[in-house]
Amino acid sequence: MRSLVSFIVGGLFGAGLLISGMTDTAKVQGWLDIFGDWDPTLAFVMGGAIIPMAVAWRVTIGRKPVLADRFPAPPEPKLGHNLVVGSTLFGMGWGLVGLCPGPAIASLSFSGSGGFAFLIAMLTGMIGAPALRMRLDQMLAPV
Amino acid sequence: MQSDWLLGLIGGGLIGSAAAIFLLVNGRIMGASGLIGGLVDRSGWHDWKERAALIAGLVTIPAIMVPFGQDWQTHLTDNWIIIILAGLLVGVGTRLANGCTSGHGVCGISRFSLRGIVATAFYIGAGGLTVVLFKHVWGII
Repeated sequence: MRSLVSFIVGGLFGAGLLISGMTDTAKVQGWLDIFGDWDPTLAFVMGGAIIPMAVAWRVTIGRKPVLADRFPAPPEPKLGHNLVVGSTLFGMGWGLVGLCPGPAIASLSFSGSGGFAFLIAMLTGMIGAPALRMRLDQMLAPV
Repeated sequence: MQSDWLLGLIGGGLIGSAAAIFLLVNGRIMGASGLIGGLVDRSGWHDWKERAALIAGLVTIPAIMVPFGQDWQTHLTDNWIIIILAGLLVGVGTRLANGCTSGHGVCGISRFSLRGIVATAFYIGAGGLTVVLFKHVWGII
């Protein structure tokens, strides 16, 4: 049952990314390109997604999930160097081609060999992340 | 242009609704990089079915929609060096930061998570700077 819900959630997520234009790298790069022909679409997508999710977080208060024992723990307030360095590296890759993990997966069926190559590189980066995390933790004292 | 904004809002609503269902029914955060990453580095193998099912839906539904839709293209660059470099950066960065646009952005900001807000500020800042440098200064992309 949880798997069926997950499939439907993935499908809605994919449909939303497609309809909103977030699988179009030109739109994403257009949003990041403040000195070019700026495209505000991404802000509307973010806003449209955050509203139902903010309502959902309110609903969780004092309740349990339908098919699970508990909701995810509250967010850790600690920031740390991994969050900052990781987000910066991610942002650089995101800016270079205009793909982030969700749209990279959602566009697999129509993004051709380039999209496939991006996915393989992304998975490789994910495999390498724990090693980089160890190096960073050794180099930098916890912030 | 304005219809793009409207479609963005509608599509965003679908993305947020998907995340809301995943939270309220399965009790989980819909973060793309975390769901995939947990399968890649084995940290999430105990619930692989849920992860695999979500990824299957994420691939399948757009695949069904694309032939019926309008002009849905990725407009992805054909510069393979840039594609591979970007893929590596996105993979390593999202795992290091424990989240990407969906996890930190949509799920984090909506619960006023400081980590989500800071992560989003850094990836948007780095993304904007990268586009400015690679497009306008160096003319590579």
